[in-house]
Amino acid sequence: MDMKSLYLLVPLAPLAGAIIAGLFCRVIPRWVAHTVTILGVAVAMVASWVIFQDVQAGNTFDGSIYTWMEAGGIKFEIGFLIDPLTSLMMLVVSSVSLMVHIYTVGYMADDEGYNRFFSYIALFTFSMLMLVMSNNFLQLFFGWEAVGLVSYLLIGFWYTRPTAIFANLKAFVVNRVGDFGFLLGIGLIAAYAGSLNYAEVFAKGADLANLTVELIPGSPWMLVSVICICLFIGAMGKSAQVPLHVWLPDSMEGPTPISALIHAATMVTAGIFMVARMSPLFELSDAALSFMLVIGATTALFMGFLGIVQNDIKRVVAYSTLSQLGYMTVALGASAYSAAIFHLMTHAFFKALLFLGAGSVIIGMHHDQDIRNMGGLWKHMPITWITSLVGSLALIGTPFLSGFYSKDSIIEAAALSHLPGAGYAYFAVLAGVFVTALYSFRMYFLVFHGKERFGKTNEHHNHQGDQDDEEPAANHHHGLAPGQKPHESPWVVWLPLVLLAIPSLIIGFMEIQPLLFGEYFKGAIYVAPVHEAMAEMAAEFHGPVAMAMHSFSHGPFWLALGGVLLAAFLYLFATDLPGKILKVVQPIHTLLDNKYYFDKFNDAFFAAGARLIGRGLWKGGDQVLIDGIAVNGSARMVGWVAQIARLFQSGHIYQYAFAMIIGVFILLTFYNRG
Amino acid sequence: MTGTPLLSLAIWVPIVGGLLVLATGSDRNAPMARWLALVSAVLGLLVTIPLYQHFDTATSAMQFVELSPWIHRFNVNYHLGVDGISMWFVILNAFITVIVVIAGWEVIKEKVAQYMAAFLIMSGLMNGIFSALDGVLFYVFFEASLIPMYLIIGIWGGPNRVYAAFKFFLYTLLGSLLLLIAFLWLFLEAGGKFGILDWHELPIGMTAQTLIFWAFLISFAVKVPMWPVHTWLPDAHVEAPTGGSIVLAAIALKLGAYGFLRFSLPIVPDAAHAMAPIIIGLSLIAVIYIGFVALVQTDMKKLVAYSSVSHMGFVTLGFFIFNQLGIEGAIVQMISHGFVSAAMFACIGVMYDRMHSRQIADYGGVVNTMPKFAALFMLFAMANSGLPATSGFVGEFMVVLGAIQFNFWTGFAAATTLILGAAYTLWMYKRVVFGAIANSHVAELTDINGREFLFLALLAAGVMAMGLYPFPFTEVMHASVDNLLKHVAMSKL
Repeated sequence: MDMKSLYLLVPLAPLAGAIIAGLFCRVIPRWVAHTVTILGVAVAMVASWVIFQDVQAGNTFDGSIYTWMEAGGIKFEIGFLIDPLTSLMMLVVSSVSLMVHIYTVGYMADDEGYNRFFSYIALFTFSMLMLVMSNNFLQLFFGWEAVGLVSYLLIGFWYTRPTAIFANLKAFVVNRVGDFGFLLGIGLIAAYAGSLNYAEVFAKGADLANLTVELIPGSPWMLVSVICICLFIGAMGKSAQVPLHVWLPDSMEGPTPISALIHAATMVTAGIFMVARMSPLFELSDAALSFMLVIGATTALFMGFLGIVQNDIKRVVAYSTLSQLGYMTVALGASAYSAAIFHLMTHAFFKALLFLGAGSVIIGMHHDQDIRNMGGLWKHMPITWITSLVGSLALIGTPFLSGFYSKDSIIEAAALSHLPGAGYAYFAVLAGVFVTALYSFRMYFLVFHGKERFGKTNEHHNHQGDQDDEEPAANHHHGLAPGQKPHESPWVVWLPLVLLAIPSLIIGFMEIQPLLFGEYFKGAIYVAPVHEAMAEMAAEFHGPVAMAMHSFSHGPFWLALGGVLLAAFLYLFATDLPGKILKVVQPIHTLLDNKYYFDKFNDAFFAAGARLIGRGLWKGGDQVLIDGIAVNGSARMVGWVAQIARLFQSGHIYQYAFAMIIGVFILLTFYNRG
Repeated sequence: MTGTPLLSLAIWVPIVGGLLVLATGSDRNAPMARWLALVSAVLGLLVTIPLYQHFDTATSAMQFVELSPWIHRFNVNYHLGVDGISMWFVILNAFITVIVVIAGWEVIKEKVAQYMAAFLIMSGLMNGIFSALDGVLFYVFFEASLIPMYLIIGIWGGPNRVYAAFKFFLYTLLGSLLLLIAFLWLFLEAGGKFGILDWHELPIGMTAQTLIFWAFLISFAVKVPMWPVHTWLPDAHVEAPTGGSIVLAAIALKLGAYGFLRFSLPIVPDAAHAMAPIIIGLSLIAVIYIGFVALVQTDMKKLVAYSSVSHMGFVTLGFFIFNQLGIEGAIVQMISHGFVSAAMFACIGVMYDRMHSRQIADYGGVVNTMPKFAALFMLFAMANSGLPATSGFVGEFMVVLGAIQFNFWTGFAAATTLILGAAYTLWMYKRVVFGAIANSHVAELTDINGREFLFLALLAAGVMAMGLYPFPFTEVMHASVDNLLKHVAMSKL
């Protein structure tokens, strides 16, 4: 098989699985649905591995598969770009997806929509692979929207729940706001570069850099800055950056396997991947880089705070994801694209692990998601416990674990950046380390240690932690009966946990050298010589062991340790203290509990505002002005004129004679004067 | 094949078929009327297929031309021909006719023969509009096509059908009279010629161009419909039977847009340039204003009707930015809208047949009882919100790209449809299809039968094919659109 067929095989194998499982979901037995989709994704993973090796041997590819359309002198193509960045993403996507597929066999075992679910996640894998493998903006946008579609379908998977179908609509529309910017960026590229092919656009990058556009007359802006900011708005939607982050916490309404796959490991990182892919453009615009630094830093720190007050196990992990995406964005802004991708990769493994671990806990707890009802689970679910500990340690950046290498590199890069906003970003990511450790270990201790709080009678399941989308009579929540103990999940559930724990432990240690300071991304990621953060870091880097040893004398390590100790103190020893603290800082807690009022503002301003405008235009514009006055008014006017004109046709000869005399008189007067 | 009068067949096969169906008479013969109608519609579609197979993409000249004198005294000819702009509409029209016949199969129980005949005859007349190259011939088809639609709404329509039918008829007739005056002026100015292609070459002064442009505009804008002469459309759709809505949205709305391409742009290019800002403004109002209005509709048919107006705003926008992406995008959008809006109305019809309500509030949780239907409806809802890989994306994407080439803010305003379109379509979908079963009527729903699956699947195939591989659609347009653009760029003063 030649390489091109192999490239095609990678997305098409999961697609075939999705089509079989989807079209025949009502007739095929369950084992067929999961076998074909798992097989499809496994084929994709093996092929990705072969391609990865091939790319490392120096064989890259950039070519089209078919011409989608041709118009306006632009060729719109479907094609692949296989380079180090792509092949790494392919490997991450297909391997995490495979783990999630296997896990789903256990997690969804009792669900009626079993076959449909497999069809969706396989379709997602196809879309995501098409997105990362694209060699042009059109296909990128295809994949971009397609993963959005599958995300929509999966968030609303349990479509009878009002909260789920509210969340999926919200996710789609908020993402569309981002896509709006993204499309404008693509449109500007098409208009000025005359092509949508990456290589051709990048080749024209230098020309674009010299152009300015006057979007507002009198204030010329650098064209490339406008393009990059538009593109980044797309990334803000997909990668859930403030203020377009609001959909991600609600997306937890979907089944847990997809929270791991889509809303943690892969889809939400599409924005990060996209910016890294566009590095030759973004490097031309300091304004866009600064913008990313500020947005990313804000997301990293302030979304982390929200993780501290959540009580739903999945929402804690969701806010953690938001915060970590903020870290990646900061890395992009600091021109440390390789560090962003590195963190994307390590995060994909340990966050998928944390989510799947949370899912395993949820199974053990019989679908109770409130961490206040847990505690002491380590005894009952040992594998879930150990793997979750690994995931949490990796997340907070424990030296030698994967998250440490990637996150420390980002902090370092932020410190070395000289762009406006870098100071703020450095502060935010540094403070974020403490916050991350605090919320992660708050959850960890509440779930796995301390007193066993489950199995109480007459429980109140406050599963959402927020009021506005709370559902009355949540019939899908069971919880453990009194006296019942949670059990370890079946092997299909814990095996993926173990398999994900391995890279969470070691992949940072193994890959930091080649990915960040080696030649791995050469040709795929471009960094301008003026943005020297990565180069300076490379000069300081003396191997992964030295980096880890060195960290013990560094701020981030002590901040993380402080966070863990504080969490241990508050949630293991002085367990009544958090309640007291809350009372003291009530206003802050209210602010956090309401998620900085973003949702309330959006509902009151955008959603209600749009309906208000719509109603005003409909009633006032269409019904009163156009139909009432213009259309039916004209009809009335015709009737009215006819009424008057009718009066003249009275049939009385003297009236006609009188009118004639008057007329003759007027005419004579008029003509005599002339 | 070259000697076969394909276009005449495309026009007269459905009309003759329609007359035969009509001859079956009363509802006693309804089964025969249905089968006869189906055979005529399929035959009508088959005779249009060679138009694509034998189409020469290299030339912008009219193809499959038929020319014979009709009325000697006024130099009126039976002159037919299609180019890359009109060819797809003939095929689309024939395709939609098949859909409509299948969609009305069991649903229409009274005056079956007359119903089927009206659609077949209208289909032939509209093919005449798309292929006429003589002004009088065009006008005759253009006006004649109003009559079947008027009857369809007025006889098989809802409770308020008479008001809607009158509104529809008067609105469009008013426009057509101005069209006739413009045609007569052009006839005299061209030295006694009614040939549309002759008018393309006719030099005209600016004042006359402006007057003719307005005459054309009023006539075509009503048909499109453009804001602010769109208010007949929601009324007509709400009252029309499902088949009527399908044809109205899929084909009838395209007649006005086609008129811009065949008449306004090439005959009065200087006025078209001068007036372009006004048209662009009206188009953007249609996209945004109507998008907001669609958001608050409580009646599904009204919602889709408003969404049609919004999508047609893209069409007129694409025309008047005068670049290839814009015009081809607009034509693609017209074809795509033919599939998507037809499918949306068909879906609403499927639900209406069971529930006898179009109110969103009467529904909820349809997916629980109609899962197959929900899946297809989801596809069409996504196409309506312009999701890539569906046809709805292609035209919008091209027009937005063309608009950004023209002016960033125009593109910006047009691109808001990405948000608004998704919001109104998916919000409706959520309230109607998702959720727990809302009431006992929804609980009793039965999923689509084989016939319903057939016509929805045919539309779905069109939507997907065009989304995944639009190349064949745009390929045939290039030469004609290039020629049109060249024509528009040349001053006639």
